[in-house]
Amino acid sequence: MKLTLKIWRQGGKYKGEFVTYQLDNVNEHMSFLEMLDVLNEQLIEKRETPVAFEHDCREGICGTCSLVIDGRAHGPMQGTTTCQLHMRHYKEGETIVIEPFRARAFPVIRDLVVDRSAFDRIIQAGGYVSVNTGQAQDANAIPIEKDQSSRAFDAAACIGCGACVAACPNASAMLFTSAKVSHLALLPQGAVERKRRVQAMVAQMDKEGFGRCSNVTACEAECPKEISVENIARMNREYLGAVFAGETV
Amino acid sequence: MGWFSKFLTSSIGQKTVMALTGIFLILFLVVHLIGNLQLLKDDGGEAFNLYAYFMTHNPLIKTVSYLLYASILLHAVQGIMLWRNNQSARGAQGYAVNHVRPRERASRNMAWVGIIIFVFILLHLYQFWFQMHWGNLVYVEYEGTIHPVKDLYTLVAESYQNSGFVLFYVISMAVVGYHLWHGFWSAFQTLGLNHRKYTPVIRGLGMAYAVIVPALFAVIPVWMYVMGT
Repeated sequence: MKLTLKIWRQGGKYKGEFVTYQLDNVNEHMSFLEMLDVLNEQLIEKRETPVAFEHDCREGICGTCSLVIDGRAHGPMQGTTTCQLHMRHYKEGETIVIEPFRARAFPVIRDLVVDRSAFDRIIQAGGYVSVNTGQAQDANAIPIEKDQSSRAFDAAACIGCGACVAACPNASAMLFTSAKVSHLALLPQGAVERKRRVQAMVAQMDKEGFGRCSNVTACEAECPKEISVENIARMNREYLGAVFAGETV
Repeated sequence: MGWFSKFLTSSIGQKTVMALTGIFLILFLVVHLIGNLQLLKDDGGEAFNLYAYFMTHNPLIKTVSYLLYASILLHAVQGIMLWRNNQSARGAQGYAVNHVRPRERASRNMAWVGIIIFVFILLHLYQFWFQMHWGNLVYVEYEGTIHPVKDLYTLVAESYQNSGFVLFYVISMAVVGYHLWHGFWSAFQTLGLNHRKYTPVIRGLGMAYAVIVPALFAVIPVWMYVMGT
Protein backbone atom coordinates (compact mmCIF):
# COMPACT_ATOMS: atom_id res chain seq x y z
CA MET A 1 0.00 0.00 0.00
CA LYS A 2 1.25 3.47 -0.90
CA LEU A 3 0.58 6.32 1.50
CA THR A 4 1.29 10.04 1.73
CA LEU A 5 2.04 11.29 5.24
CA LYS A 6 1.88 14.93 6.27
CA ILE A 7 3.72 15.07 9.57
CA TRP A 8 4.23 18.02 11.91
CA ARG A 9 7.98 18.55 12.39
CA GLN A 10 9.28 20.90 15.07
CA GLY A 11 12.78 21.28 16.50
CA GLY A 12 16.22 21.14 14.92
CA LYS A 13 16.05 22.49 11.37
CA TYR A 14 12.25 22.50 11.44
CA LYS A 15 10.60 25.68 12.74
CA GLY A 16 7.19 24.02 13.15
CA GLU A 17 5.77 22.94 9.80
CA PHE A 18 4.19 20.03 7.96
CA VAL A 19 6.59 17.85 5.99
CA THR A 20 5.26 15.43 3.37
CA TYR A 21 6.64 11.89 3.15
CA GLN A 22 5.82 9.09 0.72
CA LEU A 23 5.72 5.48 1.91
CA ASP A 24 5.60 2.85 -0.82
CA ASN A 25 5.32 -0.52 0.88
CA VAL A 26 3.03 -0.26 3.89
CA ASN A 27 1.78 -3.65 5.05
CA GLU A 28 -1.87 -3.70 6.12
CA HIS A 29 -0.95 -5.82 9.17
CA MET A 30 1.34 -3.11 10.53
CA SER A 31 0.18 -1.01 13.44
CA PHE A 32 0.22 2.74 12.93
CA LEU A 33 3.38 3.03 15.06
CA GLU A 34 5.11 0.27 13.07
CA MET A 35 4.31 2.24 9.95
CA LEU A 36 6.06 5.24 11.54
CA ASP A 37 8.98 2.96 12.50
CA VAL A 38 9.33 2.03 8.81
CA LEU A 39 9.31 5.70 7.86
CA ASN A 40 11.98 6.45 10.46
CA GLU A 41 14.21 3.60 9.20
CA GLN A 42 14.01 5.10 5.73
CA LEU A 43 14.82 8.57 7.10
CA ILE A 44 17.82 7.20 9.03
CA GLU A 45 19.11 5.45 5.87
CA LYS A 46 18.90 8.79 4.09
CA ARG A 47 20.75 10.39 7.04
CA GLU A 48 17.75 12.53 7.95
CA THR A 49 16.45 13.12 11.48
CA PRO A 50 13.73 10.57 12.31
CA VAL A 51 10.28 11.74 13.38
CA ALA A 52 10.05 11.89 17.19
CA PHE A 53 6.93 10.24 18.62
CA GLU A 54 6.14 8.63 21.96
CA HIS A 55 5.39 4.95 22.48
CA ASP A 56 5.98 2.31 25.10
CA CYS A 57 3.81 -0.78 25.73
CA ARG A 58 2.25 -0.87 22.24
CA GLU A 59 -0.73 -2.79 23.60
CA GLY A 60 -3.01 0.05 24.62
CA ILE A 61 -2.50 0.15 28.38
CA CYS A 62 0.34 2.55 29.15
CA GLY A 63 -1.02 5.82 27.75
CA THR A 64 2.32 6.88 26.25
CA CYS A 65 1.38 7.01 22.57
CA SER A 66 -0.50 10.07 21.43
CA LEU A 67 -0.89 11.73 17.98
CA VAL A 68 -3.81 13.49 16.36
CA ILE A 69 -4.45 11.59 13.14
CA ASP A 70 -6.64 13.33 10.55
CA GLY A 71 -8.05 15.55 13.29
CA ARG A 72 -8.77 12.75 15.75
CA ALA A 73 -6.82 11.88 18.90
CA HIS A 74 -5.53 8.29 18.56
CA GLY A 75 -6.95 8.09 15.05
CA PRO A 76 -10.33 7.19 13.59
CA MET A 77 -11.19 4.02 15.51
CA GLN A 78 -13.45 4.05 18.57
CA GLY A 79 -11.97 3.12 21.96
CA THR A 80 -8.42 2.40 20.82
CA THR A 81 -5.02 4.01 21.27
CA THR A 82 -2.73 4.89 18.35
CA CYS A 83 -0.66 1.73 18.95
CA GLN A 84 -3.82 -0.38 18.53
CA LEU A 85 -4.68 1.29 15.21
CA HIS A 86 -3.79 -0.88 12.24
CA MET A 87 -3.03 0.05 8.64
CA ARG A 88 -5.83 -2.20 7.33
CA HIS A 89 -8.17 0.72 8.11
CA TYR A 90 -6.44 2.79 5.42
CA LYS A 91 -6.76 2.61 1.68
CA GLU A 92 -4.21 2.66 -1.15
CA GLY A 93 -3.04 6.18 -1.99
CA GLU A 94 -4.55 7.84 1.10
CA THR A 95 -3.06 10.99 2.65
CA ILE A 96 -2.78 10.98 6.44
CA VAL A 97 -2.21 14.17 8.44
CA ILE A 98 -0.36 13.56 11.72
CA GLU A 99 -0.17 16.29 14.36
CA PRO A 100 0.87 16.42 18.02
CA PHE A 101 -1.70 16.88 20.81
CA ARG A 102 -2.40 20.61 20.94
CA ALA A 103 -2.90 22.49 24.20
CA ARG A 104 -1.13 25.35 25.95
CA ALA A 105 -0.60 23.01 28.92
CA PHE A 106 0.96 20.38 26.61
CA PRO A 107 3.87 22.23 24.93
CA VAL A 108 5.51 20.48 21.98
CA ILE A 109 8.97 19.16 22.86
CA ARG A 110 9.87 17.88 19.41
CA ASP A 111 7.85 16.86 16.33
CA LEU A 112 4.95 14.79 17.71
CA VAL A 113 6.16 14.62 21.32
CA VAL A 114 4.42 16.88 23.85
CA ASP A 115 5.14 17.50 27.51
CA ARG A 116 2.28 15.93 29.49
CA SER A 117 3.85 16.43 32.92
CA ALA A 118 0.92 18.73 33.82
CA PHE A 119 -1.05 15.49 34.34
CA ASP A 120 1.64 14.21 36.73
CA ARG A 121 1.33 17.38 38.79
CA ILE A 122 -2.47 16.99 38.96
CA ILE A 123 -1.95 13.45 40.29
CA GLN A 124 0.69 14.69 42.75
CA ALA A 125 -1.84 17.22 44.07
CA GLY A 126 -4.18 14.50 45.29
CA GLY A 127 -4.54 11.52 43.00
CA TYR A 128 -3.45 9.01 45.60
CA VAL A 129 -4.53 7.32 48.82
CA SER A 130 -2.47 7.96 51.96
CA VAL A 131 -1.74 4.60 53.60
CA ASN A 132 0.63 3.42 56.25
CA THR A 133 3.22 0.89 55.23
CA GLY A 134 3.14 -2.58 56.75
CA GLN A 135 1.46 -5.85 56.03
CA ALA A 136 -0.64 -5.97 52.88
CA GLN A 137 -4.33 -5.72 53.78
CA ASP A 138 -6.64 -8.63 53.10
CA ALA A 139 -8.28 -7.98 49.74
CA ASN A 140 -11.82 -8.48 51.01
CA ALA A 141 -11.49 -6.86 54.43
CA ILE A 142 -13.83 -4.04 53.39
CA PRO A 143 -16.92 -5.25 51.48
CA ILE A 144 -17.68 -3.19 48.36
CA GLU A 145 -20.82 -3.50 46.27
CA LYS A 146 -20.27 -4.89 42.78
CA ASP A 147 -21.93 -1.86 41.10
CA GLN A 148 -19.78 0.52 43.08
CA SER A 149 -16.53 -1.30 42.32
CA SER A 150 -17.50 -1.51 38.63
CA ARG A 151 -18.06 2.24 38.45
CA ALA A 152 -14.74 2.84 40.18
CA PHE A 153 -13.07 0.45 37.77
CA ASP A 154 -14.61 2.17 34.72
CA ALA A 155 -13.06 5.44 35.92
CA ALA A 156 -9.78 3.75 36.83
CA ALA A 157 -9.47 2.51 33.23
CA CYS A 158 -8.14 6.01 32.39
CA ILE A 159 -4.54 5.64 31.17
CA GLY A 160 -3.81 9.38 31.39
CA CYS A 161 -2.87 9.71 27.72
CA GLY A 162 -4.31 13.21 27.33
CA ALA A 163 -6.56 12.48 24.35
CA CYS A 164 -9.40 14.23 26.21
CA VAL A 165 -7.36 17.45 26.32
CA ALA A 166 -6.35 17.05 22.68
CA ALA A 167 -9.95 16.50 21.55
CA CYS A 168 -11.54 19.24 23.67
CA PRO A 169 -12.03 22.56 21.84
CA ASN A 170 -11.25 24.21 25.21
CA ALA A 171 -8.22 21.98 25.96
CA SER A 172 -9.90 21.08 29.22
CA ALA A 173 -8.49 18.31 31.42
CA MET A 174 -11.75 17.68 33.21
CA LEU A 175 -12.32 14.15 31.89
CA PHE A 176 -8.88 13.05 33.07
CA THR A 177 -9.13 14.77 36.46
CA SER A 178 -12.71 13.59 37.01
CA ALA A 179 -11.77 9.98 36.20
CA LYS A 180 -9.06 10.10 38.88
CA VAL A 181 -11.32 11.89 41.38
CA SER A 182 -14.11 9.38 40.70
CA HIS A 183 -12.17 6.19 40.93
CA LEU A 184 -10.74 7.13 44.32
CA ALA A 185 -13.93 8.71 45.73
CA LEU A 186 -16.04 5.66 44.87
CA LEU A 187 -13.95 3.29 46.96
CA PRO A 188 -13.81 3.31 50.78
CA GLN A 189 -10.02 3.59 50.87
CA GLY A 190 -10.13 6.75 48.76
CA ALA A 191 -13.33 8.20 50.20
CA VAL A 192 -11.56 9.30 53.41
CA GLU A 193 -9.62 12.05 51.60
CA ARG A 194 -12.20 12.85 48.92
CA LYS A 195 -12.98 16.45 49.95
CA ARG A 196 -9.38 17.56 50.22
CA ARG A 197 -8.46 15.62 47.10
CA VAL A 198 -11.01 17.12 44.71
CA GLN A 199 -10.20 20.68 45.75
CA ALA A 200 -6.45 20.15 45.43
CA MET A 201 -6.68 18.41 42.05
CA VAL A 202 -9.06 20.99 40.55
CA ALA A 203 -6.85 23.82 41.82
CA GLN A 204 -3.79 22.22 40.19
CA MET A 205 -5.74 21.56 36.97
CA ASP A 206 -6.70 25.25 36.79
CA LYS A 207 -3.13 26.33 37.59
CA GLU A 208 -1.72 24.27 34.70
CA GLY A 209 -3.70 26.40 32.24
CA PHE A 210 -6.21 23.85 30.99
CA GLY A 211 -9.49 25.26 29.69
CA ARG A 212 -12.92 25.09 31.30
CA CYS A 213 -15.27 22.26 30.35
CA SER A 214 -18.25 23.38 28.27
CA ASN A 215 -19.80 19.91 28.00
CA VAL A 216 -18.95 19.40 24.32
CA THR A 217 -18.30 15.68 25.09
CA ALA A 218 -15.63 15.35 22.37
CA CYS A 219 -13.40 13.94 25.15
CA GLU A 220 -15.76 11.04 25.77
CA ALA A 221 -15.97 10.33 22.03
CA GLU A 222 -12.18 10.28 21.57
CA CYS A 223 -11.14 8.61 24.84
CA PRO A 224 -9.40 5.32 24.04
CA LYS A 225 -10.80 3.89 27.29
CA GLU A 226 -14.28 5.36 26.67
CA ILE A 227 -14.43 7.17 30.01
CA SER A 228 -17.89 8.72 30.43
CA VAL A 229 -18.60 12.42 31.06
CA GLU A 230 -20.71 11.16 33.98
CA ASN A 231 -17.38 11.35 35.79
CA ILE A 232 -17.19 15.10 35.11
CA ALA A 233 -20.63 15.55 36.68
CA ARG A 234 -19.45 13.47 39.66
CA MET A 235 -16.34 15.64 40.04
CA ASN A 236 -18.50 18.77 39.92
CA ARG A 237 -20.73 17.28 42.65
CA GLU A 238 -17.68 16.32 44.69
CA TYR A 239 -16.23 19.81 44.30
CA LEU A 240 -19.42 21.68 45.15
CA GLY A 241 -19.93 19.36 48.12
CA ALA A 242 -16.36 19.87 49.32
CA VAL A 243 -16.52 23.66 48.98
CA PHE A 244 -19.96 24.15 50.57
CA ALA A 245 -20.23 21.20 52.94
CA GLY A 246 -16.60 20.41 53.80
CA GLU A 247 -15.63 20.69 57.49
CA THR A 248 -12.51 22.75 56.78
CA VAL A 249 -12.67 26.46 55.97
CA MET B 1 -14.84 35.27 52.16
CA GLY B 2 -11.53 34.09 50.72
CA TRP B 3 -12.92 30.63 50.12
CA PHE B 4 -15.89 32.02 48.20
CA SER B 5 -13.87 34.16 45.80
CA LYS B 6 -11.54 31.20 45.33
CA PHE B 7 -14.57 29.10 44.45
CA LEU B 8 -15.97 31.71 42.04
CA THR B 9 -12.69 32.00 40.16
CA SER B 10 -12.13 28.21 39.94
CA SER B 11 -13.05 26.42 36.73
CA ILE B 12 -15.99 24.66 38.36
CA GLY B 13 -17.07 27.85 40.14
CA GLN B 14 -17.14 29.81 36.87
CA LYS B 15 -19.13 27.04 35.22
CA THR B 16 -21.53 26.96 38.20
CA VAL B 17 -22.22 30.68 37.71
CA MET B 18 -23.03 29.96 34.03
CA ALA B 19 -25.31 27.07 34.97
CA LEU B 20 -27.25 28.85 37.73
CA THR B 21 -27.80 32.06 35.76
CA GLY B 22 -28.63 29.95 32.70
CA ILE B 23 -31.30 27.95 34.53
CA PHE B 24 -32.76 31.21 35.92
CA LEU B 25 -32.95 32.63 32.37
CA ILE B 26 -34.56 29.39 31.16
CA LEU B 27 -37.26 29.75 33.84
CA PHE B 28 -37.70 33.44 32.97
CA LEU B 29 -38.36 32.59 29.31
CA VAL B 30 -41.43 30.57 30.36
CA VAL B 31 -42.85 33.54 32.29
CA HIS B 32 -42.06 35.85 29.37
CA LEU B 33 -43.79 33.47 26.96
CA ILE B 34 -46.95 33.26 29.06
CA GLY B 35 -47.10 37.08 28.98
CA ASN B 36 -46.54 37.23 25.22
CA LEU B 37 -49.27 34.70 24.56
CA GLN B 38 -51.74 37.36 25.88
CA LEU B 39 -51.05 39.16 22.58
CA LEU B 40 -52.97 36.44 20.77
CA LYS B 41 -56.18 37.15 22.72
CA ASP B 42 -58.72 38.85 20.49
CA ASP B 43 -59.52 41.65 22.97
CA GLY B 44 -57.82 44.69 21.45
CA GLY B 45 -54.83 44.23 23.74
CA GLU B 46 -56.56 44.48 27.11
CA ALA B 47 -55.09 41.28 28.57
CA PHE B 48 -51.60 42.15 27.33
CA ASN B 49 -51.69 45.74 28.59
CA LEU B 50 -52.95 44.68 32.02
CA TYR B 51 -50.19 42.06 32.11
CA ALA B 52 -47.57 44.68 31.16
CA TYR B 53 -48.90 46.97 33.91
CA PHE B 54 -48.69 44.14 36.44
CA MET B 55 -45.14 43.28 35.38
CA THR B 56 -43.94 46.88 35.83
CA HIS B 57 -45.75 47.61 39.13
CA ASN B 58 -45.85 44.46 41.24
CA PRO B 59 -43.11 44.83 43.90
CA LEU B 60 -42.23 41.14 43.85
CA ILE B 61 -41.89 41.11 40.05
CA LYS B 62 -39.83 44.32 40.15
CA THR B 63 -37.43 42.78 42.67
CA VAL B 64 -37.06 39.65 40.57
CA SER B 65 -36.50 41.80 37.48
CA TYR B 66 -33.32 43.24 39.02
CA LEU B 67 -32.15 39.68 39.60
CA LEU B 68 -32.92 39.02 35.94
CA TYR B 69 -30.87 42.00 34.68
CA ALA B 70 -28.01 40.89 36.91
CA SER B 71 -28.28 37.31 35.63
CA ILE B 72 -28.18 38.38 31.99
CA LEU B 73 -25.09 40.52 32.59
CA LEU B 74 -23.37 37.90 34.73
CA HIS B 75 -24.10 35.13 32.21
CA ALA B 76 -22.77 37.30 29.37
CA VAL B 77 -19.64 38.60 31.14
CA GLN B 78 -18.73 35.22 32.65
CA GLY B 79 -19.41 33.53 29.31
CA ILE B 80 -17.05 35.86 27.45
CA MET B 81 -14.38 35.39 30.12
CA LEU B 82 -14.68 31.60 29.82
CA TRP B 83 -14.53 31.83 26.05
CA ARG B 84 -11.35 33.91 26.13
CA ASN B 85 -9.79 31.62 28.72
CA ASN B 86 -10.63 28.55 26.65
CA GLN B 87 -9.27 30.14 23.48
CA SER B 88 -5.93 30.76 25.14
CA ALA B 89 -5.88 27.27 26.71
CA ARG B 90 -6.09 25.80 23.20
CA GLY B 91 -2.75 27.46 22.43
CA ALA B 92 -1.54 29.54 19.53
CA GLN B 93 -1.10 26.65 17.10
CA GLY B 94 -4.40 25.06 16.09
CA TYR B 95 -5.03 21.76 14.35
CA ALA B 96 -4.66 21.55 10.57
CA VAL B 97 -7.54 19.07 10.45
CA ASN B 98 -10.53 19.55 12.73
CA HIS B 99 -12.95 16.73 13.32
CA VAL B 100 -16.35 17.98 14.54
CA ARG B 101 -19.15 15.49 15.23
CA PRO B 102 -22.54 16.93 14.21
CA ARG B 103 -23.94 16.58 17.75
CA GLU B 104 -21.12 18.78 19.07
CA ARG B 105 -21.85 21.75 16.81
CA ALA B 106 -24.25 23.60 19.12
CA SER B 107 -21.91 23.26 22.09
CA ARG B 108 -18.91 24.53 20.13
CA ASN B 109 -20.83 27.63 19.00
CA MET B 110 -22.18 28.75 22.38
CA ALA B 111 -20.00 31.86 22.69
CA TRP B 112 -20.68 33.67 19.46
CA VAL B 113 -24.32 32.56 19.43
CA GLY B 114 -24.54 34.00 22.95
CA ILE B 115 -23.10 37.30 21.74
CA ILE B 116 -25.74 37.47 18.97
CA ILE B 117 -28.45 36.83 21.59
CA PHE B 118 -27.03 39.59 23.80
CA VAL B 119 -27.21 42.08 20.92
CA PHE B 120 -30.77 40.89 20.23
CA ILE B 121 -31.68 41.47 23.91
CA LEU B 122 -30.33 45.05 23.75
CA LEU B 123 -32.32 45.86 20.60
CA HIS B 124 -35.40 44.13 21.97
CA LEU B 125 -35.16 46.00 25.29
CA TYR B 126 -34.86 49.32 23.48
CA GLN B 127 -37.82 48.56 21.22
CA PHE B 128 -40.31 47.57 23.95
CA TRP B 129 -38.94 47.60 27.52
CA PHE B 130 -37.40 51.08 27.25
CA GLN B 131 -40.55 52.48 25.60
CA MET B 132 -42.75 50.94 28.33
CA HIS B 133 -40.65 52.56 31.07
CA TRP B 134 -39.61 55.90 29.58
CA GLY B 135 -41.27 56.25 26.19
CA ASN B 136 -44.35 58.32 25.34
CA LEU B 137 -46.99 55.64 25.27
CA VAL B 138 -50.67 56.65 25.36
CA TYR B 139 -52.78 55.56 28.28
CA VAL B 140 -55.91 53.45 27.90
CA GLU B 141 -58.62 52.67 30.44
CA TYR B 142 -60.34 49.36 30.90
CA GLU B 143 -63.45 48.48 32.88
CA GLY B 144 -62.72 47.20 36.35
CA THR B 145 -59.23 48.74 36.65
CA ILE B 146 -58.50 51.69 38.92
CA HIS B 147 -55.69 53.30 36.88
CA PRO B 148 -55.39 53.94 33.19
CA VAL B 149 -52.57 51.71 31.82
CA LYS B 150 -49.94 52.28 29.12
CA ASP B 151 -50.91 50.94 25.71
CA LEU B 152 -47.90 48.75 24.99
CA TYR B 153 -50.09 46.53 22.83
CA THR B 154 -50.44 49.13 20.07
CA LEU B 155 -46.66 49.64 19.93
CA VAL B 156 -46.14 45.86 19.64
CA ALA B 157 -48.93 45.41 17.08
CA GLU B 158 -47.59 48.27 14.93
CA SER B 159 -44.03 46.92 15.12
CA TYR B 160 -45.25 43.53 13.95
CA GLN B 161 -46.78 45.06 10.84
CA ASN B 162 -43.22 45.66 9.69
CA SER B 163 -42.07 42.48 7.90
CA GLY B 164 -38.43 43.34 8.71
CA PHE B 165 -39.12 43.24 12.45
CA VAL B 166 -41.08 40.00 12.10
CA LEU B 167 -38.16 38.39 10.28
CA PHE B 168 -35.72 39.77 12.87
CA TYR B 169 -37.70 38.19 15.69
CA VAL B 170 -38.15 34.84 13.95
CA ILE B 171 -34.42 34.54 13.20
CA SER B 172 -33.51 35.67 16.70
CA MET B 173 -35.73 32.96 18.18
CA ALA B 174 -34.05 30.31 16.02
CA VAL B 175 -30.72 31.49 17.42
CA VAL B 176 -32.07 31.33 21.01
CA GLY B 177 -33.28 27.78 20.35
CA TYR B 178 -29.83 26.80 19.06
CA HIS B 179 -28.24 28.18 22.26
CA LEU B 180 -30.73 26.30 24.44
CA TRP B 181 -30.26 23.04 22.51
CA HIS B 182 -26.92 22.66 24.28
CA GLY B 183 -27.42 25.04 27.21
CA PHE B 184 -30.36 23.31 28.86
CA TRP B 185 -28.67 19.93 29.33
CA SER B 186 -25.26 21.48 29.89
CA ALA B 187 -26.47 23.48 32.93
CA PHE B 188 -27.55 20.30 34.72
CA GLN B 189 -24.34 18.47 33.80
CA THR B 190 -22.26 21.34 35.21
CA LEU B 191 -24.17 21.25 38.49
CA GLY B 192 -23.29 17.57 38.72
CA LEU B 193 -26.82 16.40 37.94
CA ASN B 194 -26.04 13.52 35.64
CA HIS B 195 -27.57 10.16 36.40
CA ARG B 196 -28.77 7.41 34.10
CA LYS B 197 -32.11 7.57 35.96
CA TYR B 198 -32.97 11.11 34.89
CA THR B 199 -30.37 12.43 32.42
CA PRO B 200 -32.28 11.05 29.38
CA VAL B 201 -35.33 12.97 30.68
CA ILE B 202 -33.29 16.19 31.04
CA ARG B 203 -31.85 15.69 27.55
CA GLY B 204 -35.29 15.14 26.03
CA LEU B 205 -36.85 17.98 27.99
CA GLY B 206 -34.03 20.29 26.89
CA MET B 207 -34.47 19.50 23.21
CA ALA B 208 -38.26 19.88 23.47
CA TYR B 209 -37.81 23.17 25.33
CA ALA B 210 -35.26 24.47 22.81
CA VAL B 211 -37.72 23.86 19.97
CA ILE B 212 -41.15 24.58 21.49
CA VAL B 213 -40.47 27.74 23.52
CA PRO B 214 -38.64 29.72 20.78
CA ALA B 215 -41.20 28.46 18.23
CA LEU B 216 -44.09 29.80 20.31
CA PHE B 217 -42.28 33.14 20.73
CA ALA B 218 -41.76 33.29 16.95
CA VAL B 219 -45.36 32.35 16.11
CA ILE B 220 -46.71 35.48 17.85
CA PRO B 221 -45.21 38.15 15.51
CA VAL B 222 -45.95 35.98 12.47
CA TRP B 223 -49.56 35.51 13.54
CA MET B 224 -50.03 39.23 14.25
CA TYR B 225 -48.45 40.14 10.92
CA VAL B 226 -50.67 37.73 8.99
CA MET B 227 -53.83 38.72 10.81
CA GLY B 228 -53.01 42.38 10.36
CA THR B 229 -54.34 43.27 13.78
